[in-house]
Amino acid sequence: MPLDKVNVDTDQMVPKQFLKALTREGFGRILFYDWRYFQPGDRPNPDFVMNFPRYNGASVLLARTNFGCGSSREHAPWGVKDYGFRAIIAPSYADIFYNNCFKNGILPAILKEAEVDELFKRTEKEEGYSLSIDLPNQTISDKHGLTYTFEIAPARKEVLLKGLDDIAQTLQHATEIDAYEEGHPSTATMYETVDVKYYSNGR
Amino acid sequence: MTPKNLYQKIWDNHVVHEEPGKPSIIYIDRHLIHEGTSPQAFAGLKSEGREVRRPDLTFAVMDHSVPTKDRLLPIVDHDAKLQFEALAKNCAETGVRLFDMHSQNQGIVHIIGPELGITQPGQTIVCGDSHTSTHGAFGTLAFGIGTSEVEHVLATQCLVQGKSKTLHIVVNGKRPKGVTAKDIILAIIGKIGIGGGTGHVIEYGGEAIRALSMDGRMTVCNMSIEGGARAGMVAPDDTTFAYMEGRPFVPRGKDFQAAVEHWKLLRTDDGATFDMTIELRAEEIGPQVTWGTNPGMVTSVTGRVPDPHDFKDLNDQKATESALKYMGLKAGTPIVDIPVDRVFIGSCTNSRLDDLRAAAQLVAGKHVAKSIKQALIVPGSRGIKTQAEKEGLDRVFTQAGFEWRDAGCSMCIGMNADVLPPHERSASTSNRNFEGRQGRDSRTHLVSPVMAAAAAIAGHFVDVREFDVAHVE
Repeated sequence: MPLDKVNVDTDQMVPKQFLKALTREGFGRILFYDWRYFQPGDRPNPDFVMNFPRYNGASVLLARTNFGCGSSREHAPWGVKDYGFRAIIAPSYADIFYNNCFKNGILPAILKEAEVDELFKRTEKEEGYSLSIDLPNQTISDKHGLTYTFEIAPARKEVLLKGLDDIAQTLQHATEIDAYEEGHPSTATMYETVDVKYYSNGR
Repeated sequence: MTPKNLYQKIWDNHVVHEEPGKPSIIYIDRHLIHEGTSPQAFAGLKSEGREVRRPDLTFAVMDHSVPTKDRLLPIVDHDAKLQFEALAKNCAETGVRLFDMHSQNQGIVHIIGPELGITQPGQTIVCGDSHTSTHGAFGTLAFGIGTSEVEHVLATQCLVQGKSKTLHIVVNGKRPKGVTAKDIILAIIGKIGIGGGTGHVIEYGGEAIRALSMDGRMTVCNMSIEGGARAGMVAPDDTTFAYMEGRPFVPRGKDFQAAVEHWKLLRTDDGATFDMTIELRAEEIGPQVTWGTNPGMVTSVTGRVPDPHDFKDLNDQKATESALKYMGLKAGTPIVDIPVDRVFIGSCTNSRLDDLRAAAQLVAGKHVAKSIKQALIVPGSRGIKTQAEKEGLDRVFTQAGFEWRDAGCSMCIGMNADVLPPHERSASTSNRNFEGRQGRDSRTHLVSPVMAAAAAIAGHFVDVREFDVAHVE
């Protein structure tokens, strides 16, 4: 699905009223909410690309420069994934969003601007246009013989390929964390008692 | 020894584990959490049977969805209530210190960290909130993280991070009267663009930055993320140490002196290099007003709304066209001819005492224009609110026709009842003018507190330098 707009921010992906959820599920339904639906009644906006029947079931999101800028809300990649996108292709991403994608098994592939331009052209020209993404070899190709190579750091690639639990990975270094804490004692001592009665848990 | 910049020093001091070609494990000194981005992290922790490693280094506060009035009444927003309850329960179960909405120390997470002295030079600080960059004003490495990383820090007190590039932004010269920290950072973002700092940590320096108060430095660092940089920092100096002394979590007596000696080492060494350097002259910066739908779409108050054809790049043309349509603005309109419906002075960018004092002095003895539907003052914390009331600022504001509210994120993000209605236009001291940020179809113009106050009085944007600005530091 081609989203032809630069600097798409995470406020657009998941607006503020949906940040009150307590779980990570169900954000696909409201992904790009304000662009996707008219109010009242959540009527689909026929002019927004997500509502074009030809892009139903899309699993690759084609985007422009600085995709995912702004708020750190991980609700944005939760929405991207829940909707069914497995990969994003763009010339660049905002740092926090980029990082959050890997925590959720989404590939944010980086291609050159001219290459992304070409993919926009081909997607818009040919209904049902599809791409094959080969993560181990870092290639994106179509059935007409086009092949592009995308950048990804080796450690990032490994995370996606192996689906690693990075907390467990870090906990393998528990002795080093212990040693760091011994060498750099850090405390947060409160030197005056400030309205203790107002702490809800009495600390 | 190879000279190091400030970022490199703090980084090196926090490496727990590193190996070539891989991101490092770095230690996190302070972890701040709020009701919006933490419930899923605690749930994840619980489902894996993991514990919070350092509840003593973790601080929680309710800020994003809290009401800014009638706080003693029951919470009517059911979803917000569930979030508050979840945070209270999670903190009670894990021993994390919580400033709930009834605490006298409650406030916006990035306001109370520094205010209580939880934030200290040389630390690493993270929070599930992109404006964590604010804390960099103290010479800390502070940045926003996603909820999965919140869970990671809760479990390990560490993060897996690749090293960033460094960007030195030097603002030389003296700020003209009426030009504030907010104008400096908006001018910087206008220059580098909202993706200009991507992949970088910024260190701000130069005479105009050194001359800023801590409140001003926090405003600058706060909006680093709007320039694409996850973190922005200012090396600590005497201004920093004076601010720190006596705050609740700051060491006292000899321990404080020892801390200051250590903090003094937190500066970029002579001869250290940066990946990129950008210089600006403070004298050339005027009061800034955004006209579009991201913080880089900004101009001086003496300017005009641009024409899409002013831009060479086709994507920029399209973005400008779509921004003008959304904002309901015509190309070529002088900024001072844009009328304003509502005024919001608040947010983690501009709700500190300096901001409120400057705005109050400007509106004292004047009154909000009849055409203004609402003018809100939302102090960043209850501590600031209390101090402002001691100084009589609340009366100055209310007599001028402003509403004086309780502390929280409020209309910056509109997660509580403080929402900007469709097609209405705000002069807002917050940090984001994205579509729908303050409310669906709402139109946000980002400005400094004195520019917002002046717009409230005039009913449209005005050059604050036309007001008496002798006091605007």
